[in-house]
Parts: sequence; structure tokens; C-alpha cells
Amino acid sequence: MNKYKFVGKPIVRIDGREKVSGAAIYGDDIDFGPNLLYAEIVESTEAHAIIKSIDTSEAEKVEGVFKVFTGKDFPYKFGLYMKDRYIFAQDKVRFVGEQVAAVIGRTPQAAKKGAQLVKVEYKPLPVVTNQMDALKKDSVLLHPDLGEYPHVPWFFPKPKTNVAHWRKTRKGDLEKGFKEADLVFEDEYFVPRYAHCAIETHVAIGKYDLGGRLTVWSSSQSPHTQRHLFAEALAPMGLTHKDVRVIAPHVGGGFGGKAGVTMEIIPAALATKLKGYAVKLRWTRQQEFVNTYQRLGVVAKLKVGVKKDGTITALDHKIYWDAGAYVEYGANVVNAVGLSAIGPYRIPNVSIDSVCVYTNLPPGGAYRGFGYSEMLFGLESHMTQIAHKLGMDEVKFRLKNAIKEGDKTAYGADMNPNGLLECIEKVAKEIDWGKKIVSKDPKKAIGKGFSLFWKAPAMPPNASSSAFLKFNEDASINLIISGMDIGQGYQTVMAQIAAEVLSVPPSKIRVETPDTDRNPYEWQTVASHITWSSGNAVKKAAIDAKEQILALVERVFVIPKDQLYLEDEAVKCTTRKNFNLPLRDFVVNGIMTEDGTFKGGPINARGMFLPEFSSANSDPETSQGGHPNVHYTVGAGALILEVDKDTGKMHVIKAVEAIDAGQAINPDLIKGQITGGLLQGLATVLYEDMRYDEKGKLLNPNFTDYKIPTAMDVPDEIVPIIVEVPQPDGPFGARGIGEHTMLPAAPMIANAVEDAIGIRIKSMPFTAEKVAMAMLNLKNKKGK
Amino acid sequence: MAKIKFILNNEMRTVDVEPNETLLDVLRDKMGVKSPKCGCDRGDCGACAVMIDGKSVRSCLVFAIEVNGQEVTTLEGISQPKLTKLQEAFIQFNSFQCGYCAPGVIISATELLNNNPHPDLEEIKEALSGNLCRCTGYQPIFEAIMDVSRKRKK
Repeated sequence: MNKYKFVGKPIVRIDGREKVSGAAIYGDDIDFGPNLLYAEIVESTEAHAIIKSIDTSEAEKVEGVFKVFTGKDFPYKFGLYMKDRYIFAQDKVRFVGEQVAAVIGRTPQAAKKGAQLVKVEYKPLPVVTNQMDALKKDSVLLHPDLGEYPHVPWFFPKPKTNVAHWRKTRKGDLEKGFKEADLVFEDEYFVPRYAHCAIETHVAIGKYDLGGRLTVWSSSQSPHTQRHLFAEALAPMGLTHKDVRVIAPHVGGGFGGKAGVTMEIIPAALATKLKGYAVKLRWTRQQEFVNTYQRLGVVAKLKVGVKKDGTITALDHKIYWDAGAYVEYGANVVNAVGLSAIGPYRIPNVSIDSVCVYTNLPPGGAYRGFGYSEMLFGLESHMTQIAHKLGMDEVKFRLKNAIKEGDKTAYGADMNPNGLLECIEKVAKEIDWGKKIVSKDPKKAIGKGFSLFWKAPAMPPNASSSAFLKFNEDASINLIISGMDIGQGYQTVMAQIAAEVLSVPPSKIRVETPDTDRNPYEWQTVASHITWSSGNAVKKAAIDAKEQILALVERVFVIPKDQLYLEDEAVKCTTRKNFNLPLRDFVVNGIMTEDGTFKGGPINARGMFLPEFSSANSDPETSQGGHPNVHYTVGAGALILEVDKDTGKMHVIKAVEAIDAGQAINPDLIKGQITGGLLQGLATVLYEDMRYDEKGKLLNPNFTDYKIPTAMDVPDEIVPIIVEVPQPDGPFGARGIGEHTMLPAAPMIANAVEDAIGIRIKSMPFTAEKVAMAMLNLKNKKGK
Repeated sequence: MAKIKFILNNEMRTVDVEPNETLLDVLRDKMGVKSPKCGCDRGDCGACAVMIDGKSVRSCLVFAIEVNGQEVTTLEGISQPKLTKLQEAFIQFNSFQCGYCAPGVIISATELLNNNPHPDLEEIKEALSGNLCRCTGYQPIFEAIMDVSRKRKK
């Protein structure tokens, strides 16, 4: 495994010292001086209503209130994939918490006091908080003008309904597939909404200076996408892309919640009406729960046909998404899963309907896993149920049907090289699959659960990355890129890739957080595509630098380039053993020749990557014909679960997760993703749950009532396993793994609960209460 | 407005505060000390932890006026003159990811190791149970603390 010097090595993070010393600057840490203004938002108290009037007069009288704005001031729409959203509500509100007005204060206190005095009069409309109700013919419509909303060409909204997008995927002959089956099994699965809960809440500061340029400092996964959406939405103000600058400092956790644009558009827009001032908006924890994206809720109906020998013949997967009041980003979650809801299986006859439904709940959007967690809960629960009905071991069943390289995906493209079988086998071995564990405590039952997972980056076919690389006098490097280190270790991994090509240690490479004025384009840090996509751009930039270096040395020393190579921060030669030209001697100031003149100059390089094979063109009725997904990352997981038979309390004794990273650039960072992602996934199934009342109000928007894991909730043992089947177009063969680590958590628990206590639970979360009640019901039934 | 005087990271400081201003806001907005972070503003997350006279507190739950005459230490103070062994271990074991909770976590872990040089795993979990971290899964934090403990002489 010594193929590489820096790639594949557990190098310590290059952002370590600043993050453990408190030096790292996050959005809220930036000082703007005494002239900073503060925005406080007036939020809708109604889930669906006409705004009859807004009276701001009392608010304006408050000492320290600078100005009050309402929707009238900003009649601008925005949205990443579908422009269905306004910066402030116009004539209507569609969820509790929707921004109706903003009060600008000299102090946060003045702004807050003013916001409390803004009087909004509503005329309530019928409220629909459940996607199945919203699909009914007599349901109230959230967006009567849906047919007029601009959207990407691969979305298919159904005007005059609440269906914002309907992704249909059809392959083979479904009826024939079910006829061939010896067993057809149907079931339904339910997944509620979830919150990202990054510890840093959203914060953004907008400043429109007297020179007419807009700068936004933003806690964001997507600085360039934000710049683009700001420029688009604020074009009526006369702004163009060059006038808009987004500066993204360190981000205190993203998990998809800081992808695209949510609240950042507010200070950006407000700033344009507050020329000369900076205006800051920071979400409270409560607003963070309500007024950013949430993970979408799901009702999934599954029907799968299998032969006696375990071969899957057909799958009919209908997924109904509670996408919330606005789906400008969330509809792409629906789209992504609609293409991939066969899971990592080889299935000849397929029908998938992935239906994006408007409801009067907060907007759904990107959340680590991008819909695949929700889909896999049903699918992988279902696969275990079917295997049991066939009397077949569920791991053997999965091995038999697991997708292999060259098998066709649901939309007809070839599956990429992958190590799924190796993942399954390694996990089964590590968890000692097939060996039942009996608890010594008679009050406890122990079960094992297994699950596969897969996920592809969901991105437009032209999502691209780019990189600048410049050498300094001492041959240290500034790597200038625009992905965000949201904790995954992006900066370190990119440094390792550049280091490998240039033979300069990562510790001599500085990567800073981006500024769209100076850093080259990056689509977004989402979709677990950044190691692959930005990694390719960085590798190309490093190769560009290397080419410039070798060309210069060839020219000056008249040594053919193919005899030159880089090693230990120097240029060396295969034919002249003594030739050793340290990079620091010439990468900025050039090489002096005999006559005292210098050749060369500063080495500045660039690289770019766009997946030119990707295409979203396909038949809207079948999804056949395109290549919407660049590749899938696959894996398997299993765990040992202890269930208290009296209280339903569950405890994970051991969890194993194997993931095919293609090539681990930094194995320690992958292990970190597994440890962290798995716990985040376990929390969604064991206790997290957003509770709404029937009027669409979130009942638990805080960490007291919405429990995220603490140090007490960690599994006793987590075994991360890295499998490496290279991705042919990845940097050194790498592909992304960040989101995937949480994908198998819910079905593993569901399958382990059944193994432990013989009860199949089909709705998340599996709270102790729910498990205890299920056991009690079973006992009562048996008693009768 | 009242004038308070206290030791902040080894330096005697005076500052005017309103009686209802939290220590977190005063540290961040009036004294330029930014390592304590606001994550919830109600004592749930621990990102704002600092030490008052060596004991960790959530600075969002303490009024600034209460620290008059006391000694407040934040992560900036701990990091001088150089990073502690615990901080070095945090780097070694990837005990942070986004880094936002790290100041509070390190304060809690520092307090633990000051009081209990060789904590067992349960004691570590207990000590950290008031610090929420959404990224790491906590395991790497346990490892860093145990490593420091192991390398200390018994």
C-alpha cells in the first residue's frame, strides 16, 4: 500500500491548530464595528393565510429601530432548482415561521422589541400538513400558480395540484416481473421530518457599500451558488455577478442545512436598501429549527417480487414526500431518490414514483443523505422481511441480488466499479453474522441488524469545480479553492492531493476558506462530491504547476522533460543522479542562467473539472436515456442491539460499517465520518423527531425537547472498514463517503429490533416508548 | 450600567455591563474574546463553556455582573503560551470536525483532567455530557482525553 507518499495516509488535519485554539473565525465572530445594524424577523404565526395588512407604525416608534421592511419592499423570487419562493412573504404565508417583515435596529434588543410590535392581520386558509392529504383532490392548493414557476428542465410539476415534481422511473416489464415471482410482498413505511442541528446556527451579514457593491459574509456550504442566486434575485436592483461578493468563513457544521440559500438572502436583500451599512441576521436555535431546510418526511409503499431462490424479479416503489411550503431545493431530493430507489440491487423490472408534495410545513431541503436515508429505511426493512418470508438468510439474499459493475441502474446506465460484495462480506464477518447472542440478563434481548446502502451525488450535469495553486518563495503553497471544510476535512484532503502530485508535504500547503472574488468557481459543498470533483480540479492544478516547473527546468538545463521528476520538494533527474534543484530556489524568482539573466517566474497554476459525460436528458415517463448520476458509493453496515424488554430502551453494543471509498485519501478522516455519521443516523431512528401540532406549529424547536446524541449515547464499539475499488475518474481513484455513513442506521435498527424481540416496526423513530408499547401489545395479543 | 473588574485570561480587565447582559455576550461583543460560541443561548449545548475560578460554566447562563472579582478563563487563555497536551491530542485524534463545539468541549475536558488526572470512560462521558457535538460521534474526543491520561504519570 505504499503506492503514494501523502495520499492514503492518516495525515493530521491542516486546520487543527486554529480549531483547537479558538483562533478559527466563524461568521458570528467577525467584527463590523459600531455602525453594524441588526435584523430581527417577524414570522408568520399562521401555517396558511392571506396577509390582510401589516402595521409597522408602533415598531417604527421604538428607540433604536432604524427601519422596518415588508414583502412589498422585495417582490423578488428565488430558488435553486425551482423559483417558488419569495425573500419575504408577499400576499400569502404558507408555513408557521415564514418571514413576513424585518425590523432593523441599532441593537439586537431594539430590533427585537420592534419586531414584537409589528401587527400582522391574517385571513386563515385551510391548512394541510400531511402529504397524503395534500394529494387528495379536494385539498387546498398551496401554489395555485405552480404552472408559471421557472424550474430546471428535469422537473415535472403538476399545475393545479400540490405536486411540485414527480419523478417516474420505469424499467423492464413490471407486470411480467411480478408474474415471474413466487412471492410478492407489499408494505408501507413512514419517516418523519428531522433537523440538521449544526451547533452553529445560520448567520449572514450583508453590506451594500456606497460604491454599489454587495458583500455577504455567510455561514455557508455554497458561497458561489449563493452569489449566483443573490445576483439573480437582486438583478432588479442593478446588481450583476461581479458586484456581488460572498465571503464564507469557517462553518460550524452544515449537514446540508447550509447548502443553497435559505436565510442568507434576507440580509443580502436588506443590505441593498441600507446602503452604506452592514446588517446582520443570526438565527436563534428556535429559528434554526423552523426557518432553514428540514429533512423531508416520507410515506413509502413498497411491493417486491422474488423467486424461491431469492432472485428479485420486480420492484414497485412509491415514495410520497412531505416537501413543505417551498420546494426550491427539496424537489431535487425527491428527484435524486426517484432515480435510485432500487437501492444497490440488480432488479430487471422496476417502477419508481417519487412524488414531491407541497404541505404547510417549513421548506424541506438537503440533509446529509439527500433522501437516501428515508428511502433505505423502507427498502432495507423490506428486503429483510422478504428474506425471512423466503426462509433465506438476509445476508445471502443481499449477496445474491447486490448490484455489480456493469449491471444496469434503474435508469439504464451502467453501474460503476464497486466493492459492494466485499463490504457485505467484511461486515458479516466482523459482526459474526448468523451467530445469535443471548443476553445474560433475562430482561434484555439482543438482536443483529444488517443493511446495505448506496448513494450518488445529486447534482446538475454541469456542476463543476476549479482550483488555483500558487507557489510562495519557500516553495510553500497557497491552494485557492472554494469548497467548504464543513468538518469533513476537505482542506486537508485537497492539500494531500496537491502534495502527492508536487511532492510537497501537506503541512506546507495552506488552504483558506473562500471568497468568491478571489477563489475560483465551485458549485457547492454538497452531495459528497467534493473529494471527487474538487479533488480532480486540484489534481489538475497541481499537474499544471508540475508541467510549468518541468518545462522551465527543461528549457534552462536542456534536460528532456520525461527525464525530470519531482521528489522531496525538488526537481530530480532519472539520468543525472546528482541533479537536485530545490523548488524553493526558483518557483517564484526564476532560475539564474550563466549571463545573470533569470528564466521563469512565479508558478501559478489552475485546474478545472466538469463531468462531461453526465446528462439529465431522459424520457420524463421512464427516466431512460440520460446519465444523471456520475457514480454511486456503496457500502454495508450491521449492528448488535440490546433491547430492554420492560422499558423498550435500546443500546447499541457494536456497530460495523464498511464503505467503498475508491481510494481513501485520508483513512483517519473517513473513520471520523463513519463514527460521526453513524451516530447522527442512529439518533434519527432512536429518538430525534420533529413534532408538529395540527396547525403546523413545531412543538419542539430546541435541544431540550429535540434530543440529539450526547457523549452518553455512543455505541460501545464502532468498527469502520474501508474498502477500495477505485473510481476510474476519481482523483487517485477516490469517491465521496461523507453522507453515506449515516444511511444504513435506521434499517439496521429496524432489522435488529425484529431479530431481538420479533416485532417489525415500520415508522421512525423507534423511541423506547414505541418499542415498549409494541411489546406490550404483542403480549396482550398472545394473552387473548 | 455597572463597572465590573475581573481577571480574564490572566489579565485584569474592567468593563461596563448592563445587569441583564450575559457573560457570553460581554466576552464576545465587549471584550473581543470569540472562542466561546453561542449554539442555543439556553444552556443546552455547552459551546459557550468558560471557566470561572477553574470551574466550567455555560457563559450564556451567567450574568456578566456576577463575575466581578473572579477569574475567567476561555480557550484563548488555555492556548497560551502554547497549546496544552490535551489540545495537541485533539489534533492527533481528529477530536473535532467543524470545530464549533471544540472550545466548550476542551474547557470541559480540561476541567475534568484538572480534577481527575486518570478518568475512566464513564467519567469522561459524564464530564462531556453537557457538550453537544454533531460531527464527531464523540469517540475521537474520548480517545484524546484517554491518551493524555495514559501519558501522564500515575
